This record gives sequence, C-alpha cells and structure tokens, in this order.
Amino acid sequence: MAPESVLKMTNIGKSYYGTTVLKGIDLEIKPGEIHGIVGENGAGKSTLMNILFGMSVIHSTGGFEGSIEVAGESVQIQSPEEAMALGIGMVHQEFMLLPNFTLTENIKLNREVLKPNPVSRIFGENLKSLDFDVMNKDARKALDRLHIDIEEYASVAGLPVGHMQFTEIARELDKTNLKVLVFDEPTAVLTESEADHLLQAMKEIAADGIAILFITHRLDEIITVCDNITVLRDGALVGHRTKAETDVYELAELMVGSRMAELAQSTRDLSEKKPVLELRNLNVRMPGERVRGVNLDVREGEILGIGGLAGQGKIGIANGIMGLFPSEGDVRLAGEQLPLNSPKESMARGLAYVSEDRRGVGLLLDSSIELNIVFSAAQNQNQFVRRWGPFSQLDSDTIRQHALKYIKDLDIRCTGPTQMVRRLSGGNQQKVCIARALTMNPHVLLVSEPTRGIDVGAKRIVLDTLRKLNEELGMTIVMTSSELGELRSICDRIAIVTDGKVAGILKPDDSDVNFGLLMSGQKAEKGA
Amino acid sequence: MKTVLDFLKNLGLARLIILGFFVFLCAAAILLRLNLAELLTSSLARIGMWGVLVLAMLPAIVSGIGPNFGVSLGILCGLVGGLTSLEMAYRLEGVVELGGGALFFIAILVSMPFAVMTGIGYGWLLNRVKGSEMMIATYVGFSVVSIMKLAWLFLPYSSPEMAWPIGRGVRVQISLANRGITRILNDFLSFRIGDVVVPTGLLLFVALCCFLMWLFLRSKTGTAMYAAGDNPRFAEAAGVNVNRQRIVGTILSTVLGAVGILVYAQSYGFMQLYEGPMFMPFVAVAAVLIGGASVKRATITHVVVGTILFLGIQVVAIPVANAFTADWSSMGEISRKIIQNGVILYALTQAGGD
Repeated sequence: MAPESVLKMTNIGKSYYGTTVLKGIDLEIKPGEIHGIVGENGAGKSTLMNILFGMSVIHSTGGFEGSIEVAGESVQIQSPEEAMALGIGMVHQEFMLLPNFTLTENIKLNREVLKPNPVSRIFGENLKSLDFDVMNKDARKALDRLHIDIEEYASVAGLPVGHMQFTEIARELDKTNLKVLVFDEPTAVLTESEADHLLQAMKEIAADGIAILFITHRLDEIITVCDNITVLRDGALVGHRTKAETDVYELAELMVGSRMAELAQSTRDLSEKKPVLELRNLNVRMPGERVRGVNLDVREGEILGIGGLAGQGKIGIANGIMGLFPSEGDVRLAGEQLPLNSPKESMARGLAYVSEDRRGVGLLLDSSIELNIVFSAAQNQNQFVRRWGPFSQLDSDTIRQHALKYIKDLDIRCTGPTQMVRRLSGGNQQKVCIARALTMNPHVLLVSEPTRGIDVGAKRIVLDTLRKLNEELGMTIVMTSSELGELRSICDRIAIVTDGKVAGILKPDDSDVNFGLLMSGQKAEKGA
Repeated sequence: MKTVLDFLKNLGLARLIILGFFVFLCAAAILLRLNLAELLTSSLARIGMWGVLVLAMLPAIVSGIGPNFGVSLGILCGLVGGLTSLEMAYRLEGVVELGGGALFFIAILVSMPFAVMTGIGYGWLLNRVKGSEMMIATYVGFSVVSIMKLAWLFLPYSSPEMAWPIGRGVRVQISLANRGITRILNDFLSFRIGDVVVPTGLLLFVALCCFLMWLFLRSKTGTAMYAAGDNPRFAEAAGVNVNRQRIVGTILSTVLGAVGILVYAQSYGFMQLYEGPMFMPFVAVAAVLIGGASVKRATITHVVVGTILFLGIQVVAIPVANAFTADWSSMGEISRKIIQNGVILYALTQAGGD
C-alpha cells in the first residue's frame, strides 16, 4: 500500500541559545500536493526548512525537537546529502549555478552520466568519460517539463534571472527519486510573466505525483496554486487551511495575527507639525536596497514608518541619511543642510541610528555591554571621557552607572554590564543597540528592523520603548521594518517604498488592500 | 572539574602542546642537573629583552592590521636612532661626556620621528591592501631590510667603533660597551636572589611600556582603534575613521619596534645591522600568538604570557638539547624554529572561517 503522506513533520521545535524560534509545528504532505507555507519574515519558515534539510546550522546549535517521517518511515536527517538521498529537493533562493557551465552540465552536476573508455578500463571508475548524449537528453527532458525552450548546451552565464531559476528547478526534476520539492521564495526575483510561468510549471510537476512545499509571502500566489496552506507566526503554528476554505484576507489576518491589537493604533493628528527631516531626491547606492530619488518629510514628534518588500530600497533610506552608503540628494535636518556620506556629521547634528544589521554593524560582539552602550557617545560627543590635554581616559565609574541605568530601564537580561554582548540573546543585543543610540540624546532616532530575529517578549519591550521615547521625550522616530503589523501598531504614518521610491504614505488604519497594492508598485499605478 | 575543562578548552590544543613542551624542558633541565640559577637568570634577561618587541604586536593586532610581520621597519628606525646616538657621543667627545643612560634615551628620541613617519607611510600602504596585510607586511619588511643593507654602507656615520677599519659603511655588529650603554637597563636596581640575577630596570621598563599601552587602550583614541580593528563596519557607523585608526595602530607598533630593538640591544650589548632585523618579527609574532592572541585579537596578558613561554623555551631548550648529545648542538635552535613557524602557521589557519 502506498503511504498516505510522503512527508510528515510532527511537533517540531527549535531554539537558538535559549531563544525559541520554532515550537509545535506539524506538517503533512501527500504525493502530488502543493502545500503553501506562509509567514512574515522571521516566522520560522527558513528554520523549518533548515531542519528538513539537516543543515549544519541546526545540528551545530543543539539539534531540534520532534520527528520527521519520509514516505511513512521515521528518518534522522543529519546533512543535506541525506535529505537529497531521501528524495527531498530544494530550489534555492540564491542561485547555486556554475556560470561558465552549460545548462546540461549544471543540471547534471555531480550526477553525471558516465561511459567507459579505454583509459577507465585500466585505471578505474574515476576516469570514465561523460556521456553527453544521454546527459543532454535528460536535461532536455527536464527543461521540456518546464516548457523552457532554450538550448541545453547554452552556458548559464548571461541567461536572464528567470531562466537561471528554471535551470535550478530542472536540476531537481532530473533527480529520479524526487519525492518532495521545496520552493523557497522562488518568485521573489522573477518578473510577473516568469512568475506565472513558474506557477504553471509547479502545477504540472505536482500532477506527476511530486509533492511541493511552496514558501512565499505573496498570498495571491499561494491561493492560485496551493491545495493546502500552513500559516506560521512567531515560530508557532497558527493554522492549516485548505484552499477551498480560505482566501487572501483570512491568510493575511492569520499571518499578521492579533498582534496589531496588542498596542492601540495611533490616532494622533500631527499634520500641523513642521517637518524636522526633509529628504529631496535622495539616492543611495546600497547594494540590494538601492534608493532612487526618495522625497519624504518627517514631522517633528511623529513616529514615521517605512515599509515595503525586501530589496525595494526601504533599508537604504536610513543608511543613506547616516552616511553608511554613498548617497546623493538634498537632506535637511531642522532646516539645515545635512552633509551626506559622513556618519560623524550625521551624528553631530543630532541623528542616531539603530542598524538593521545588528551583529554586523550594530555591535562590538566581543566587547562588554557597557562599552557598546557608551561607544558612539564617547567618540562623537566626548561623553564619559576625561581629558588632560592630548590625553584622555574613559570614565569607568560614570560608564558603569550609565550602563546599569539602561540595563534596568530597557530590561536587558544579562549577568552584568561587563558581560560580552555576543553571549546575549538577539532581543537583548537589540536593546543594547537602542541604548547606544539613546545615549547620544538624538533629536531624530532612525531605527531599522528593530524586531528582526528576536522573540515575542523582547519585541514587545522594544516597541514599547520606542513609543515611550516618542511620547515622553517627544523624540522623532523613523522606523524601518519589514513587518507591516509592527509598523501599523506604533507609527503615525507609514511610507511604503517600492522600487527605490516612496509609493505612497498611508495611515496605520488604512485597509490591507491599500498596503498590499502600494507594496506591489505596478498595481498601485493602475489603481491610482 | 568543569571549569578545569573549560580552561583547557580556552587554552587551545596548540598552546597546550607548547605548555607541555615547556614543562617537559624544565623537568628535563632539573633531571639533567643543569644550573637552574643560570637558566633562570638568562630567562629573565631574555624575556625582558623581547618584551617591548612582542608588545609591538599588540597595537597592530588591535587596530586590525594583524600581527605586524613588518615590525622590522620599526627595528630599523631604532637602529638608526642607536647609531645616531653613538655618533653624537663620538662627535661631542671633549665637549660633553654623555653617559650610557643619556645615550640610550637619545637613541629612543632620535628614532621616534623616523618611526612615526615610517608608521604613517606603512599604515597608508596597509590600508590599500586590506585583507592581505600579513603577506604584504612580511615582504615590506624583507624589502626594506634589504634596502637598508645598502643604506648602512652609505650613511655618513664616522665613529670608529661603527665604521669598518677599511672601506666605507658601518659594521655588521656594533658594540655598545665602550659607551656604557650595555645593560644600562638590566643593571638598574638589579639584585640577586641566591645565584639568580634579576634585571630589575629592564623588567620595570617593559612593565612601564605595558602600563602605558593599557592606559592608551582605555583612552578615547584607544577605544576607537580597538573598534576599528574589531568591527570596522561598526566603527565606521559610529563615526570613527577606520583608516586613520589603522594608521595609529601601525605608528604605535613601529614606535614600539624602535624602542624594542634598543632595549634588546642594550641587554645584548650589540646592535646587529644588515641581516640582523630580517627574522626578528617572526619571533615577536610567534610569542604573542603562543600567549593566546589570534591574528584578530590580542591583550596585554597575551603579550606577557607569550613572551614568558616562548622566550623561556628558547633559553631552556638549548642546554637541554646539548646535554642529550653534543652532536645535536643545533637542536635548541631547530626546536625554536619549529615552534616559531609552527605556531605562526597554526594561527594563520585559524584566521578565517570557523
């Protein structure tokens, strides 16, 4: 009897360094089924897939909880190779192709068809020739299944992105034992027509009896192709739905969840306030997050949200203002021209920044909490520095007091102010970053992705802190985030950035549909 | 028990092997009934001699340029200072009598501007080759030592204790004894415990340098330099000019190299030119790495521990090897080289990846 399900994951849980990122996830897929997994950034989708593929990042951090069954048999997947041997394939988000090899060679990489030759008869297996005829035929077959009409002997370099994606898929299809194929955000890099083509191909692949796990945050795609849908939020299972019983709106609601209700939305009207930060035609050359001519006013005393999909340029705005990536344009702070491309100038004029790249830009990981907190203020404002002519010393007593105050105020969980920041959890590291920015007493605080990769409790504290700063100290805050729910819960206005430009500015209580339309730029133009 | 295991884990395999080797050598020295007082005396002197040169690695590693394989540049500046000071003593004969102490400090003062200028230029170069500083530094060191071989022939030093008796140029090895510079630090406040001679002044001088470095690392510039080395992107975002801080680190390393060679020379009694400075950086690099530093991270503790361990091994290994068999007289030197280069190799393999 054929097994009911081809893949069954039961009660999966995972924590990194004491932070729970996944708990109680169940997932079951039957042959020929397309199963969608939806969730916001950080909901646990990637971790779940890492577990399925036995990635070393999972095993080197203490393994996971729960059990996995493939085709009815319980398995222990220790490495990606084992996952592949079990018939689980993955279409990667980033392409893993050798550009100077042909399509055939890429598709057959490491699984080449061999034929004997005189040398190999004497010296053995490793010197056999490649059987290009058979390989080309196999590759052709895989490409045909996807309706790709490029020659299998063309080299990959210079192919359009969409074709590279299809080459990746063809490689997986060519594996004879393929049972489950995972698509991780496959349409993120594709044009609309390519994406349609891909969805069509997925349906055909599933019709051949291969189960498909489709990970995306584009809900309309999920509704178009999936039979069943699993929704994750904050590492927990929110629900299973079949296609028939749900729609985009319900999924959006499940995905964003009741979190919006946790904090009351802002209803302040700050339209009378004068702008404190004015951006005119700001261009920032930040790789992957280019900003192309942003015009935006930030009003005194407001919390302005900047949202949008990944790669559209929302991250680049704050990085440009702070001088971390080359930028051009006209930026005025409190009416005065801000010299660009100099972090020092930006900070001297009363800006402070909490970077989205916490571990890369935000922290000195191997230094103490207290040094991390006071560093920028000491360097730029000579706070905590005692000077004698050309000589200076950091003032350890005031630094200690200051650090203890922030550890208490922000509830930084640590063994003490001298603990190394590397040993803190993500949420507490983030609080250290915020403490450093606040130590500079900024006029305008720029915060990027403040809750990325931190657990729910810490998210709450971070957001509450921002709101408190705004309400009690009147600090103007510009918050960039990929999590729309979060922006809507604390911002007064939300600018949606698409294709490097501000597509529109919405109120937090505007409808989901409006947000959705602005985020996918093209449609908004039609709607407007 | 757990803390012991943690401690051993932190120490790392390479250091455990070296520590084990050191213990083995000491045990062998005792079993072979070698003169322990003599060994201890020369260990102390050797450790002090190298202390400042090993300390020169610290600002380089902390500022992010990695172990300074090009500290020979600083050494050359120190030698120029030393020669100039001897020349001054010669030229001023009959006018002022300069004592050994004065000459030693004149040597340091004269070498300073050279070391600072060299440090700036060398730091500028290293900023242009980020990622391959160690390789570039090694070859910069080799090249400049070779160029200076020519310079030693043409520099206008005329003091008879330096110049070759015939022809031009300065000698390969120049004695400091005539001018009273020899052991000027070693003998300051020196005392004996039994047969062990403690070179108090030398050790105090090294301790003073370490203390000044400790103070510097807690200053505003010191913290900025540390951040620039530890996480350049963080430092840049916090308004620190990373390239400038790397130059500061290079200058400090070069200056300490200059001071270091003068400390070394006064204890040894000679200044060695030409080939002399060629391989000295490797000893300093190996010592700091043995002490627990990596190519990205170093502390004053690493400097102190490394100097004691590595130079201690050097001193003990030679007589122990000689005692085993006279035919193996070069065994001590060979084992030093194996450890030195092995440790550098080990540290380099640990540099990238995880």
